[in-house]
This record gives sequence, structure tokens and C-alpha cells, in this order.
Amino acid sequence: MTVTFFTPLASLLGGALIGLSAVLLMWATGRIAGVSGIAARLFPPYEDGEFAGRFAFVAGLVAAPVAVRLATGSLPEQTIAAGLPVLIVAGVLTGFGSVWGSGCTSGHGVCGLSRLSVRSLVATGTFMAAGTVTVFVMRHWS
Amino acid sequence: MAVLIQFAIGLVFGLGLIVSGMSNPAKVLNFLDVGGIPAGTWDPSLAFVMAGAVAVTFLGFNRVLKLARPFFARRFYIPTRTDIDPRIIVGPTIFGIGWGMAGFCPGPALTALGFGSVSALIFVAAMCVGMLLARFIAHLPSVTRYVAPADPVET
Repeated sequence: MTVTFFTPLASLLGGALIGLSAVLLMWATGRIAGVSGIAARLFPPYEDGEFAGRFAFVAGLVAAPVAVRLATGSLPEQTIAAGLPVLIVAGVLTGFGSVWGSGCTSGHGVCGLSRLSVRSLVATGTFMAAGTVTVFVMRHWS
Repeated sequence: MAVLIQFAIGLVFGLGLIVSGMSNPAKVLNFLDVGGIPAGTWDPSLAFVMAGAVAVTFLGFNRVLKLARPFFARRFYIPTRTDIDPRIIVGPTIFGIGWGMAGFCPGPALTALGFGSVSALIFVAAMCVGMLLARFIAHLPSVTRYVAPADPVET
């Protein structure tokens, strides 16, 4: 495993930016900033005419590191330890589960908890627990 | 105009993920690793990200939802369901397992694409397959009849 360092201030500030984004999206479009919901709705069946806006939001997510590199000349550390089979299985599970459960860390974790939604509280507790157990099994049971 | 604004809003979200350190799966995995608490390698950063995000969103939603309508839309689209059905347990369980395996959830995975990472590209491609599969199954007539989801991807 790669050792990382506790970054309370940067993480609090970055979290506040994520919150600002969620508030701005609600103000602009009246919709929840749930990344899994936004990304999944880029695929058919299309239920409304919001494709362009969703595509633009996702493009903004992808463009963020490009903007950081242009502005500062470098990018923060990123360590992806998972190999090819793990990436594929984890990707399918993440995509399937977040859509099946109507949301992910942003939709349930940030927006749902902020709305005091019981469904989102249950969902957030469940994926936190499942993630914790999975990391424990993968790191400490082998 | 609305589309440009949504690009900027996505950009702010992505910057938040980078500043907070969440675009690095190693930080996420070190948070989820409770075995790291006695070992001294536990990284509590993710809890601070959530705290910052929820605090701003809680205060911001309270103000924004007092408006008559959103700036570019006719009405607010707020989830209204309160029932705890099997899907709200099963879905997050499956998602949590995937999250714990690679350290990516959907937002950071998309932002990781902009780092030029091949691993992120593979993960995102697989994630899209999973999303399509879930949407396909949710729209099957038999599932719709018996499970009766209001909207399969409603947050």
C-alpha cells in the first residue's frame, strides 16, 4: 500500500468546493449533483432533454485536472494500485451498484445527507460499511 | 449559456476533488482501511471532505430551495421517496465493494481521466458497462412490473 498523509485543511476546503458545486447546480438546473445519476443518464433511454447540460458537467469534471496543470504546471499525486482485473471488476460493480442504489458518494453522501434524507443515510452507511469490509478483506486477509 | 454554466459547475466539482485529495484512490483506500488505525497509516481526510461538502450543501440548499424556481429550469427536481426498499441496500452494497476494491467512486474516476491515466480509463469504461447493465435490467418489463421503481436512476 501507498502511505498518504492526513490533509485536514485541504480536504475541508476541497469538500467545500464540492458543496459549492452541488449548491450551484441546484440553483442553476434544480437538480441533485449526483455524479452516478448524471453519468448514467448520458446513456439511453433518454427521459428528458438535459443531455447537453449533463455532458457539460461531466466534461467539467474531466477538465479540472487539465485546468490545474495549465495553471500550476503540475498535478497532485495520484496512485492507482489496482491491476487490470481488479479495475474491470471494480468498475462494473461501482457503475452497477451506484445506479441500482440510485446514487453514489455525491448524490447520497453529499446531497442526500444535506437534505436529511433517510434513504441517503441508509445508502451512505451501507456503502461506507461495504467499502470498509472490502478493504479489510483485500489488505488483511491475504 | 446554461450548458457553459454546467461545464463551470462540473469544473468546480472536479477542482474540489483534486484539492481535497480525493482524486487519489490511495487516500480513499487509506480512509476505508480501519486496519490502518492501529498501524498508524489511517488517513481520515475523507471525513473532512464530507464534512466540508455537507456543511456548504446543507446551508446552500436551504437558501436556494427558498427560491421560486431554478435559474435555468421550470422547477426543482428533488427526490421524494422515503421508503427503504431492498434496492437502497443492495445497490450501495455492490457499489461499496467496487469502491473498496479500486478506491474510485464515479466522480473521482471521471476526474482521474483528466490526469491522463490509462487505469482510470479502464475503470471508467467498466463503470459505464455496469451503469448500462443496471439501467437495462431496471427497464426490463418483468422487473418494472414486480419491483416498480419510480425512476431507476433517481438519486
